[in-house]
Amino acid sequence: MTDAETAFATLSGHSRRSFIKGVIAAGAVVSSSNHLFRAPGASASSVRATLPRMISLRVNGVSRSVDVMPQETLAMTLRYKLGLTGTKLGCDRAECGACTVLVDGVTHYSCSLLTNVVRDRTITTIEGLEAPDGTLHPVQQAVIDEGGFQCAFCAPGFIMSMVAFANEKPEPSREEAAHALSGNLCRCGDYNKILNSAMRAAEYVRRMA
Amino acid sequence: MALIGRDISPPDLRAKVTGRAKYAEDFKADGMVFAKLLLSPMPHARVRSVDASRALAMPGVIGILRASEVNQPDAPGEAALTDEPKYVGEPILALAAVDETTAADAIEAIEVDLEPLPFVVDPLESLRPGGPDARLEGNVLRFGESGRELVSVKWGQADFSSAKAEGRLPMGEPTDEWEHGDLEAAFAGADFVLEDTMVHQSLTHHPMEPRSSMAYWDNGRCYLYGSTQSTQRTHASLANRLDLDQGDLVFVGQYCGGGFGSKIAGAPIYEVTALLARKIKRPVMLRINRYEENYIGRGRPGFQAWTRMGFRSDGKITGIDLYIVQDHGPYGRSGDYNTAGAVADLMYQPEAMRFRGISIYTNTPPRAAQRGPGGAQIVAMLEPLVDKAARELGIDRVEIRKVNAPSHDSAFGPGRATTTSAFVREAIDVGAERFGWSEKQRLSGQRDGTTVTGVGVGVSPYVGGSSGFDGLLLVRPDGKLYIHQGIGNLGTHSMADTGRAAADELGIEWEDCAVIWGDSSQHLPYSSVQAGSQTTHAHTRANYAAALDLKRKLQGIAAAELGGPASAYRVAGRRVSGPGGSLSLARAAELAVAMGGEYSGQELPEDINDVTRASAAALAGQGAMGVAKDTFEHEGSTWSWVVGFAVVRVDVETGDVEIVDYTGSADCGVVVHPRSLAAQIHGGSIQGFGQARSQKWVFDPKWGVPFAHRLYTARPPGILDVPLAMDWAAVGEPDPQTPIGAKGIGEPPVGAGSAAVTSAIADALGGRCLCRIPLTTDVILAELEGRAPPHELTEIHS
Repeated sequence: MTDAETAFATLSGHSRRSFIKGVIAAGAVVSSSNHLFRAPGASASSVRATLPRMISLRVNGVSRSVDVMPQETLAMTLRYKLGLTGTKLGCDRAECGACTVLVDGVTHYSCSLLTNVVRDRTITTIEGLEAPDGTLHPVQQAVIDEGGFQCAFCAPGFIMSMVAFANEKPEPSREEAAHALSGNLCRCGDYNKILNSAMRAAEYVRRMA
Repeated sequence: MALIGRDISPPDLRAKVTGRAKYAEDFKADGMVFAKLLLSPMPHARVRSVDASRALAMPGVIGILRASEVNQPDAPGEAALTDEPKYVGEPILALAAVDETTAADAIEAIEVDLEPLPFVVDPLESLRPGGPDARLEGNVLRFGESGRELVSVKWGQADFSSAKAEGRLPMGEPTDEWEHGDLEAAFAGADFVLEDTMVHQSLTHHPMEPRSSMAYWDNGRCYLYGSTQSTQRTHASLANRLDLDQGDLVFVGQYCGGGFGSKIAGAPIYEVTALLARKIKRPVMLRINRYEENYIGRGRPGFQAWTRMGFRSDGKITGIDLYIVQDHGPYGRSGDYNTAGAVADLMYQPEAMRFRGISIYTNTPPRAAQRGPGGAQIVAMLEPLVDKAARELGIDRVEIRKVNAPSHDSAFGPGRATTTSAFVREAIDVGAERFGWSEKQRLSGQRDGTTVTGVGVGVSPYVGGSSGFDGLLLVRPDGKLYIHQGIGNLGTHSMADTGRAAADELGIEWEDCAVIWGDSSQHLPYSSVQAGSQTTHAHTRANYAAALDLKRKLQGIAAAELGGPASAYRVAGRRVSGPGGSLSLARAAELAVAMGGEYSGQELPEDINDVTRASAAALAGQGAMGVAKDTFEHEGSTWSWVVGFAVVRVDVETGDVEIVDYTGSADCGVVVHPRSLAAQIHGGSIQGFGQARSQKWVFDPKWGVPFAHRLYTARPPGILDVPLAMDWAAVGEPDPQTPIGAKGIGEPPVGAGSAAVTSAIADALGGRCLCRIPLTTDVILAELEGRAPPHELTEIHS
């Protein structure tokens, strides 16, 4: 199996079921309480603790130990426990793609991925693209050169999708780029510049190869 | 080379692409706790009692905030929390706990006893004899002899039965009415008269960033992090709402993840975050998720409308009779319907026009201005009808729009105002040329497999600027120009781009400019709201005024230091140079500090706003200051225009619509930032596509509960829903009533995009206008199959 397939199998198997159970147990009847996290030490009597809480995550090249609850999503862990707030929550429910991160190089909605599922996997967020010396990833540079995005709340998610796509398809057509980015929503409607950026990014990546 | 007219990437883009840009939910404070809201499950109810004892006893729960603890403005004002919820999803109370899960569990443990009250989701139902009112005081806000009054308006049974018999909108007595010209004569002189009932549904703004906020208090001062379109004005309005001196509130909103009119001065809910933090003495994060955003995030008012339009054989519109019933939501006052009347009059210049309207409170989410408020609705409703007339009269659809377009001095609306400039025909011409109208319209009706091609055009005007605000500039001893901007940063780039007006006047390169924005503690000037396409116009003016002031002072400093007349000194290339020699801007700043007085802001002009005065006083003595109120001439009303051209393919088997080609052309005066202008034209038009095709509200009329409450149930366009490449053009003629010549452009593209698509769909259907927005697939399919439409004539939430 490829990494993508592994991720899919994991997601569609045990973890998704326990995720749903967890949400139900935590009170799915609360209209506005979809996607939550619980602080370490707080009462968790309503959630069955069947998974280890201290887990190790490889985020942006660094191994991090983190205390997570069984129903905790990766987006919440990244934002509220690891301080990686570049990953945005736009919908909390896999509708908008603002929370897109890479797990073993494959795009995932981190709002709908349990942190427990990705332990010991390689996670890349928007913060992990820039080189330590400040050199931007070619996708980031392409966006700057095209003046891409308006409000840019969707930008981290789009950029992660662009990175995965640039690695997968070095010579894309504009149409292929649009399909690859169709899991991300931009409410400002800046799609023209986003596609221009994706095409320029492909050019930069080719040049580097 | 002038900065105005160049593509310059905005200064905050690096932060945005690296994830370092902090939006409201990205802030954190020591000891921060999380709040959740208890939302009303009923469309209208009274809270009889709340028992939170079980919740408060739960481990980790810290406290609650009730409606009695927040501002309760006079009716029809909206409070941040209420004991009389008027729509499903309205916040009743807030609870704080150590984490969000605990807070949500605790919300579940609160027992709320609600007494159901009468409710209504359809304005016409409220107007029926004996129909329910959305508010206890009535269903209409009227301006009577004693000022504003809330009353219950019911029409007669005859109004409804005659409408039903004639298959049109019921039209009882309106609250708003104006007319000009002789309407009867106008219709008598018409060669073609059409009459239609039309519906435009409400839609949620849905910016990508929900209105989350974080607040804490230190030493009696409130620090609030929120998402807003307009920094300075939000600071002022929140201070007022929290009953604080402006100095006791620090508001930070450097990045705004979209607003589109829903966050003009922040959001009422920020008050809850601030007050809860004060009450429990802990920093509070109130995270709003998409589901909650759907309820409290504002929406565009819907219209149930009727029109009669008369045309002469040459296409000239002789008369317009327009009636609009507006779906208002439960609070405030929305003027969309009035604006729609004025826009219709402006864009078609009829010899006579009558506008009648009434705005009805409903138990649906609160409304606010949404990009092109009123204009975007009416343009999309009327443009396909103009097509219908063009077809009937055998006139080209672009020509008929030029025949009716206004000129610079054309009067319109109830006050018979005139515009500062109107290069509408020019915008139509450059757009038609760029799009290739004459060739592309030959595609009209072309069948390819199961698809039929339609070609459409939509002309859309909107207000494009205000005036009278302040500019505040400082050249510091580091030689850089600091441009203080009180407007917001929601991605239009006007926060940076309007500063170019100052830099150009002072001959300073963009690398030597620093923009200060987004934080009320950074000494911001009195500014316009970043709404209604105001900032490009208002703040190129204000910054230019401040630049003229700074230039005069720099000349004075050089003359005092080097000798000779001040007017002989030139400011350019980082230097002030003249007969006595030359000094650097850095040196001039040092001299300004030494000279004091007006040079360094120790003395300030009389006419600036108190907000600017306080900011300037705080910056005084730190460099050479330019500070001024915009007093430039501004006669008439400033309007910008976008003309949209679209090609669609309608699948006659599925009813699906693909938008395959789009060009938008603008009259927005001088182009300040071409690439950003293109983004406004395209982005606004794409929002128009969503309005025309997919975003609508659906309510269960029996229980008043919404079915469309997330993105996927009222979906804005995705990247596959728009053409792969979109084009644009601009006239570029300067507006004569503003020194830089630039007008705003945010509003008009929405109507242009929506109208071009509704026009193109009607074209693909052989000229059949369905008079309904959005034109969802089921509506189109029913028409294609000759079935009855899946809705009643005036049904608005189905």
